[in-house]
This record gives sequence, structure tokens and C-alpha cells, in this order.
Amino acid sequence: MLKKITTAAAAVLLAALTACGSGGSGDAGSSGAPKANDDGKITMGFAQVGAESGWRTANTKSIQEEAAAAGVDLKFSDAQQKQENQIKAIRSYIQQKVDVIAFSPVVETGWDAVLLEAKRANIPVILTDRAVDSDDTSLYKTFLGSDFVEEGKKAGEWLKANAGGAKNVVELQGTTGAAPAIDRKKGFEDAIAGTDLKIVATQTGDFTRSGGKQVMEAFLKSVPQIDVVYAHNDDMGLGAIEAIKAAGKVPGKDIKIITVDAVKDGMTALAAGEINFIVECNPLLGKQLMELAKKVVAGEEVPPRVVTEEGTFTTEQAKTELPNRKY
Amino acid sequence: MKNRLLWPVLALVALLILNVVVTPTFFSLRLQDGHLYGSLIDILRNGAPTLLIALGMTLVIATRGIDLSVGAVAAIAGAVTCTHIAAGGNPWVAMGLALALCAVLGLWNGFLVSVLGIQPIIATLVLMTAGRGIAMLITEGQIVTVDSPVYRQVGAGFLVLPIAILISLAVLGLVALVTRRTALGLLIESVGVNPSASRLAGVRARTIIWTVYVFAALCAAVAGLMISSNVSAADANNAGLWIEMDAILAVVIGGTSLAGGRYSLTGTLLGALIIQTLTTTVYTIGIKPEITLVFKAVVVIAVCLMQAPVRVRVGGRVRGKQGVPA
Repeated sequence: MLKKITTAAAAVLLAALTACGSGGSGDAGSSGAPKANDDGKITMGFAQVGAESGWRTANTKSIQEEAAAAGVDLKFSDAQQKQENQIKAIRSYIQQKVDVIAFSPVVETGWDAVLLEAKRANIPVILTDRAVDSDDTSLYKTFLGSDFVEEGKKAGEWLKANAGGAKNVVELQGTTGAAPAIDRKKGFEDAIAGTDLKIVATQTGDFTRSGGKQVMEAFLKSVPQIDVVYAHNDDMGLGAIEAIKAAGKVPGKDIKIITVDAVKDGMTALAAGEINFIVECNPLLGKQLMELAKKVVAGEEVPPRVVTEEGTFTTEQAKTELPNRKY
Repeated sequence: MKNRLLWPVLALVALLILNVVVTPTFFSLRLQDGHLYGSLIDILRNGAPTLLIALGMTLVIATRGIDLSVGAVAAIAGAVTCTHIAAGGNPWVAMGLALALCAVLGLWNGFLVSVLGIQPIIATLVLMTAGRGIAMLITEGQIVTVDSPVYRQVGAGFLVLPIAILISLAVLGLVALVTRRTALGLLIESVGVNPSASRLAGVRARTIIWTVYVFAALCAAVAGLMISSNVSAADANNAGLWIEMDAILAVVIGGTSLAGGRYSLTGTLLGALIIQTLTTTVYTIGIKPEITLVFKAVVVIAVCLMQAPVRVRVGGRVRGKQGVPA
């Protein structure tokens, strides 16, 4: 008896927490919303990865706000970084007969079955931010997201133009095997190939501040001369700044720092001159997504690959941009 | 007794030698802005949270339990503190709040295990899963950055040596004193060996089990403060991620059996140092990220194999009976 009560209590607790978890990331998280109907309004089912970073939260907010602005009825679900949750969410969208489904796949593979179901139900699918690995490209209409190789390239190009005698680069990689880590590394290497610049040490910092700090601490002791740090995201760069300060050096002056993302904390450091250059990876793709969704629902042709609009920032640009940063 | 700690010591020495061979300056220390600076200091500072959590874990494991929720508790502690400081709160009050909340979480774990009799691995799994959700809820999914000189000291500060490792060593000393200079250690071990027999012999098994879970949660909370203070930010998703596994590994490398009973605090200290040295080694000697995990696995397997009971018997040594020096 006691055991039954405990199990029930645990279940209730978990359910409550899950509910809070998704509720916390947005007020549109109602899965029991009334069935979509043909009132001329577009109904979009969006299956988000989760709320694993500030970037992702900004991404979610952008989609919710732009949906409201564009008059799109958004059904939003948070998969908490689990593919099975995302598949469940997509299936429920198919049953609710939404007009268009959009999602950021948690992982690259394993989507063929559920996407085929959507195709058979004549519901177009738009991928955002991350791609899926499938031979059948007819399963989705378009992929809207950043070009990570291009981001790496922009970082490398800036360094080439502003090297000022710098030679030795250390690289803080993202999570091993993740698409952004692989592509940002490749783009950067391509850009600096054939110059005096070379990557003397590279290691993963798992996209986290503590990871970046620990790796940088070790680099500062094992690599004799470090001129530049190239971090695959702002957070690792911020960790590296801490390590460089602790070593008695001045970040941004003694050691140049280049990062990718341009989240608020990164921009603050850039404005303060502790980071030298940031390549933007824009999470605010809500507007572009809504435009694409309208076209897709209206039956218009859309390009199979749409790159998010993103720029780069130097210290001066960061100072003017910083007050407008929402994330 | 000595031979049980022999292999961990050898493993640690071997790792350090490997580092010196690859990087001759590995042992060099200098004074930088009034504190010691060098790779060894990094190992001590970055290993402090793991050591602290492993200490709590040692006592829990000695009662034949396990606490999987420590990583999530660490994340919650950082989240509460940073959110409070970011809202303009006093850092001391913020840290106090975090410790109090985590003590409550420890009470919850202890309640599930000692009163309701749920298997520890399941009971603490509840909080392991739910805890990060709670932390996310507190930080609203954002990385909360704070700028508080007082709070920075906990994880990144120095009194010649890093403050973090001083805290961990102080707790180690305290635990050694309380459990080895009183009968408490013996009682904990007896609960681990046989809870029913201990209860019949008049040991308050339930209270002891409850206490070790609260202690483990408090250790996790302080470790969480160190982790988040080290980078002056609370990252609900990544702070203390998988640290419960590192802590359990540290305890096991240190020679404490997961079956409960006899435990070794010195062993846990060695285990935690080995794990951190291993991580620093990977960064220092430049092992490729793709094969980092394999390298770590090989070292861990080697240490565990060397420690295996059969190996000890082949060595022709007899295990000590009692009285583990802390």
C-alpha cells in the first residue's frame, strides 16, 4: 500500500515538474488545445528541442512572438532534449491536422518514419536550426538555419585581416561530434589555411563556461606561446577570459579572443574589449520561419535551404548593439 | 590496509610522471598576484567540487546506498544563489538560502530511502531527473551571470591556495574527525553491512541513513556553489552534469565497496585527485577530443583491474580487518 502511494506521489511530482518545465519556457505550451480547423488562420505545430541554453530560449521566444505577430496559431511543445518526445509531439500535430509542422531535430537521424506520416497526411514540414540526415529530401519542404561552416570562415577571415603578427591559435571546440563544432572548426581551418596562422592546440570545452575555463587553464601552462583563442561559442570564450585573467594576462590585448554566437554576456565582454570579435549565430529566426510557413501553406515554391540572416560584431559595433540585445 | 591504497597512489604518481615527461614545466609553481599558480594548483581547484561530493557519496555508499541526485542538487544550489544575487540580494544570504534548500532536498532523499524504504538508486533518481528541471525553473532557462566579488571567492578565490580546495579539505578533516574519533563511523559501517542486525543491536539505522543523505546533499550544494562561482554564472543545464558518476568513481577507485560497510576517506581523496589529474592530463598533453573518452576509460579500467580482489590475492597479501586511517 505504502509503495503504491509513493509511486503515485512520485508520478504526480514528476508530472507537475514536467508541466512546470514546459510552462516556464512559454505560455503557449498547451497540448490540450482545441483542434485546428479551417478558419483561414494558419495553425503551426512547433516541436522545440528544449530549453538547454540562453540561445535556445531566445529562439523559442522569437518563434512565439513572431507567430503572434503574424497571426499564426502556434502549438508549441518542449521535447526536453529527447527525440522520443519530439516524435510524439509531431504525431499529435498530425492527428490534430495542423497546417504546417516545424521543428529543430534533437539528433540528425531516425526521422524517416514520422516524417513519412506527415507527408502522407499532406502536412508540410519545415526544419529549423538543425538538419536531419535522410536520403529522402521530399520529406521536408525547407531547412531554415545558420551555416556553421560560414560562421567559422567569417571568424578566420577576420583574424587573417587583423592578425597583427599573431601566429599561434588555440581552439576551444564545441561538444565532440556536434554539427556546429565540426563545421565551425572546418570553416575556420579553411579560412586560415596558407597563412602564418596555425592551430597549435585544440580541445573540447563542451560549449560550457567551466569547460572553456578548464581547458584554457591547461593550455596556458602547456602551450608556450598563445596569441589567439578561437572559441566555438561565447560561453567557452567567457570561461577562457577568466583563465587568462588568473594567469595575469589581459584578455583581448595579450591574447586575442574570437567567438561565435553573440549572446548578451558575450556582447558585454566584447563591448568591454575582452573579446575582440564575435560572429553572430542568430536565434531570432521566428520572422523568417513565419514567412516560409505562409508560403508553404499557400503552396508556393520555397528554396530547400534558407540561411538565417546574421552578421559579425567588433567592439565598436557591440557598444551600439548591446542595449538592443534581448538574449 | 596499506595495499588497498597502493594502486590508486601508483596510478596518481604514474599520471603525474606522464605529464612531466610531456610537459617538463608541469610541476613548476610561481606566485601570481599573491597566490600560487601552476598545473598542480589547477588540479586541486578543479578537483575540489568532485572531492567534496565524493566525500558525501562515501558515507552514503558506506550505508549501502547511492545518491544519483548530487549533480542536480549542485545545479540547484548555483541557480538559487546566482538568481538571488542577480536580483540584488546579499551573496551570503543567497548562499545560505541555497544550502537550506539543498538540505531540504537531502531530507527528501533520506525520507524516501530510510522511511519509505525505496531502493536508493531509484529514490535519488527522482531528484536527479527532476532536479535539473527545478534548476531550469529557477533560472528560467537562462545562464545567470553575476558580478559579486564575495561570491567569486568560493570557487575562484585564493588564500595562497585555492579557497575551494581549502573548503573541501576542511570538510574532509571534519568528517574524518567526527566519524573516526567517535563511534559514528563504526555505526555507519554497521548499517551498511546489515541494517536489520544493526537496528536490533540498538543502532538507530533510520536516523543514520537519513543523516548521510542530508550530508551528501549539503556537500553537493557547496560543490555547486564552487562550480558556479568559478565562472560567476549559473548554468542549470551543465553545472555538475555527470559529476555524480565522477564522485562514485572516485569512491570506488578509493577502495570503498558499493556493497556498503567499510569505507576509506583517504581513498576517496586519492580517487578524486586521480579523476581531476586525468582530465588535466588530457588537456595538457593534447589528446584529441575524439579519443579523450577512450583514454580515460583505459586508465580507469587499469586502476580498477589492479585493485580487483583477485589481483590482491595473487599478490599474496592479506587484507586488513578494521581501523581505516582517515
